[in-house]
Amino acid sequence: MQDAVLAMLAKEPSHGYELRARLQQSLGPLGESMNPGQIYVTLGRLEKAGLIVCEPSDSPDRKVYALTPSGQQRVAAWLTEVARPKPDLAEFHLKLVVAAAARLADPVELVAAQRRELLRILREAQLAALAEPAGSTAVVLLEGVMLRFQADLRWLDICERTWSTPHNEPEDT
Amino acid sequence: MNVLQTRRLTKEHGAGASRVRAVDEVDLDVPEGQTLAVMGPSGCGKSTLLHLLGGLERPTAGEVWIGQRRTDSLSERALARLRRRSIGFVFQAFHLVDELSTAENVELPALLAGRSLREARRRADFLLDQVGLADRARHLPSELSGGQRQRAAIARALANEPQVVLADEPTGNLDTAATTDVLRIFAELRAAGQTLVIVTHDERVAATADRLISMRDGMFVDDTRLLDGTGRLAGLIGLEG
Repeated sequence: MQDAVLAMLAKEPSHGYELRARLQQSLGPLGESMNPGQIYVTLGRLEKAGLIVCEPSDSPDRKVYALTPSGQQRVAAWLTEVARPKPDLAEFHLKLVVAAAARLADPVELVAAQRRELLRILREAQLAALAEPAGSTAVVLLEGVMLRFQADLRWLDICERTWSTPHNEPEDT
Repeated sequence: MNVLQTRRLTKEHGAGASRVRAVDEVDLDVPEGQTLAVMGPSGCGKSTLLHLLGGLERPTAGEVWIGQRRTDSLSERALARLRRRSIGFVFQAFHLVDELSTAENVELPALLAGRSLREARRRADFLLDQVGLADRARHLPSELSGGQRQRAAIARALANEPQVVLADEPTGNLDTAATTDVLRIFAELRAAGQTLVIVTHDERVAATADRLISMRDGMFVDDTRLLDGTGRLAGLIGLEG
């Protein structure tokens, strides 16, 4: 979040509340968990790190923040950084493996429960997307979230097929 | 009240050793106003189930009820009449009549059910407006995008105010934006109390239903109610201070 807030200041120096409004507009329903003070905590950290400075302003309780040269460098670096994908699948995969091996639980049941949970959150994302006004940028984020969940659901189909066929159980058990 | 009901509904294909049960003794109750999605891998019997519910295929055994009427034992003629009046179909490939305009396609079921041209037109105008195609009424289906064709097909399915709309892979040929349009229309139908059964591969479509049934080998293996408002989404932000 620090990097995103920093990059928002590249357009022009801003107040904390302006930054917060821009963040919330971009994130839509996904930004609803952000607490109001979070942006000021982030700005405080960025100021301490010398990446932003507080500009003189007519009102002392409404601080205007601007990028420092090192802040500008960091924004440039962040923009060209490539995020490494992190599929969080190993834990669930191992859960199915050990459940089947030790007969602790039925892997197919675990898959069904996981599927129900994914469908519930996919539902929430889809209903939120339908409720967004036309042209909302938050919808793009919701689309991405939904595609991830759809991929997870398809992977669960593969898990189900694998674990519901007895001869596919690991032979070393 | 149940709008749809089946008891030990069974459909077999083929003969002798190659005989397969596409639908295997299925009991189903769909109350009025429910949006039900049926999911499952190809060949699990979900499309056959939809055809049996809509009277497009006859069961090998078991019962199908639409409202208070048992349909599996009706004559062909009576069944065709019931299909026209009580059921709206939406297909993956739209199945619009290419030679007729969008409005004429939507008018057609009402005319076949014996309504006056004036009545059919009024209903078509209303429905095309509802699905956002008022300005496409005079266009031929070939002049519409895939998403617009499916919206026209949904309007047509609603022409006779059916007791139930049966949709077979309604978003199967559509891109993300057109899928969203269809989901928005389904959400409006649901709010208006329309009973809807959707067979789908699309997890987004399934997730917006009230109830989700999973089929494998002609049988139901899961039957889940999906409830609104759980606050899971806000926790997904994935940004750290």
